[in-house]
Amino acid sequence: MKPRQKQFLYAGAALLIFVAWMFYAADGPQTTAVLAGTVRAATLLALGAMCGMIGERSGVVNIGIEGQFLMSAFVAFTIASMTGSLFLGTVAGVGMGLIMGWLLAAMAVGLKVDQIIAGTVLNIAALGLTSFFYDRSRSLGIGKYTNIDLGPLADLPLIGTVFFSRPPLTYLTMALLVLVHVALFRSVWGMRTRAIGEHPGAADTVGIDVLKLRYLNVTIAGGLAGLGGSYLALEAVGTFSRAMSGGRGFLALAVMIFGRRTPFGAYAAALFFGFTTALQNQFQLNNTFDIPPQFVGMLPFVVTIIVVAISGLMGSMRDPAALGQTYEKG
Amino acid sequence: MSRSILRTIAIPLAAVVFGLLIGVVLILSQNASPVTAYTALVVGGLGDADALLRTLQKATPLIFGGLAVAVAFKAGMFNIGGQGQLLVGAVFAAGVGFGIDGLPMVIHLPAALVAGAIAGAIWGGIAGALKATTGAHEVIVTIMLNFVAGNLTDWLSANPWKDNSGNNIVARTPLVEDSATIPTLGAVPVGFLLAVVVAVACWAVLERTTYGFEVRSVGHNRNAAQYSGIRVGWIMASTMAVAGMLAGLGGAVESLGVDGRFEAGVNVGLGFEGITIALLARANPLGVIPAALLVGLMEAGASRMQFKAGVAPELIDVIQALILFFVAAPIIIRWVLRMRDDNSEQLRLGAGWGKS
Repeated sequence: MKPRQKQFLYAGAALLIFVAWMFYAADGPQTTAVLAGTVRAATLLALGAMCGMIGERSGVVNIGIEGQFLMSAFVAFTIASMTGSLFLGTVAGVGMGLIMGWLLAAMAVGLKVDQIIAGTVLNIAALGLTSFFYDRSRSLGIGKYTNIDLGPLADLPLIGTVFFSRPPLTYLTMALLVLVHVALFRSVWGMRTRAIGEHPGAADTVGIDVLKLRYLNVTIAGGLAGLGGSYLALEAVGTFSRAMSGGRGFLALAVMIFGRRTPFGAYAAALFFGFTTALQNQFQLNNTFDIPPQFVGMLPFVVTIIVVAISGLMGSMRDPAALGQTYEKG
Repeated sequence: MSRSILRTIAIPLAAVVFGLLIGVVLILSQNASPVTAYTALVVGGLGDADALLRTLQKATPLIFGGLAVAVAFKAGMFNIGGQGQLLVGAVFAAGVGFGIDGLPMVIHLPAALVAGAIAGAIWGGIAGALKATTGAHEVIVTIMLNFVAGNLTDWLSANPWKDNSGNNIVARTPLVEDSATIPTLGAVPVGFLLAVVVAVACWAVLERTTYGFEVRSVGHNRNAAQYSGIRVGWIMASTMAVAGMLAGLGGAVESLGVDGRFEAGVNVGLGFEGITIALLARANPLGVIPAALLVGLMEAGASRMQFKAGVAPELIDVIQALILFFVAAPIIIRWVLRMRDDNSEQLRLGAGWGKS
């Protein structure tokens, strides 16, 4: 990042904090509610975006995140309700995510199915399977994950409740953002991953097994989406319902592109998208503003279209060069 | 000739058989009888005039949705926005259908259909135009436009165009006028006939006209098309508009011929099924008709299957996904049937991801 861009970034962040503070001073409970809702909605998007990011950095498009969310949410919910353990449910959800990731890899990397079609197969299959096996009478008797206060940090005004009094999977997601950032940009694995996404031929020449690494990465990435599904069923909502992922797997893709396929960028984008969701909910709760909630609901999608179009015009967001292509060993 | 047709349909046909066979396992897992279930499925879709009408009604939006994907495929683009295009088509057709009265049918019905078609064309055209001018990927843009369409149509049917008769609290428009209602000829809905005519027209335009040739050239190799003087941007934008128009027409036929109004949430998912149809048809506009009839039949019979055999109707969705999987990965079918490898059978899209 250029110094100039950095200055803009810091100035923007300072402005945001100032505005948030003003609102907090004016109406504390409502501001806290909106910002907490923002973080809540951003967690799922961040997990989905990291899943998409690892795939795309290795050259594999994953539009099956929606299906991965849904399937994992279903498994996480079912196992948690059967065993009475949220932890086991979460583990099962992540496991299902890994299986879904492996399936995508098997189709897109192994069988060389067109990547976009492979993702679509996952989405349609997940919707069908979860609806077919959905048992309406099942419920989560134990309740969902509850907030954990991080000691004195949780007592801070404004950001205390928003960031430091959250349920466990939200903290885990924040830790994973750092981990994925370090792994992608500071480790050998990350360098190889980016290499097979940019120029698989060259990576192959220096001895990287392109297909094997793509298999591995797409599978691991599925685990992140699996955590997203568990988060959705066991922490955000506390139950499973048909098609509950509600398009957020697709939105995660937009978040990923918006955040330039970097974890922190994606989290910033996820917070923005989460903010519009939280705002929409708040508008529905109280009728202070006379804006129909549907129009607030459109906002993130319209913004995404504009951002994708503008970034295309400016050429500022370059995709990994080998994205979407199956690799044939020469 | 017949040999090549046989080769073309071998994979989709085998995919359907494989999908149904795995369906047997799922039915058994529910402690139900596969024979009873599949018999009920077929009787529910073909058994009498009512069943046939249901099948044709279910197949109609699938033909339009399948064409919307198939036509974009021909230009090398993936239109995943059939859902949004269908929704705007459905709501604007309903809007013209109930909003104007006193017109004769020969004017009112076409006007309502055209309103749906134009709305869909705009929705698809936005994605195509952005792709052509800025390189914004049509998959992202059409997905986003699906959500925008969902919100827009929710709002229209819950606020300005809401049905205020009686104590209605549902987000839906009033019933369309009789003069804008698509009639039924015996067991054959006129909307289905329209879909068949449109499918044949799509095939004729793509295979027999200069424009169709240019579309296919862009689909095969965008750079080569550019060098040979084809205006690639225009072709991409216009093809997406046509694709959107087709899905919009599908929505219009739903509103004017099946539901009689637009109701929020009723048409959800219809647009996505077009993807399955288009892949099953191997992106051939004529192949879309039998593919849609097959899936339409399964959907029409699903409730009878639930009633007679106690199998959840969502089984149909699973079977559709399996069929899609086998069509997309023909290598499995070839391995089982020991067919020879034929590279032309693989459908390719992803390589265009992110490239303008």
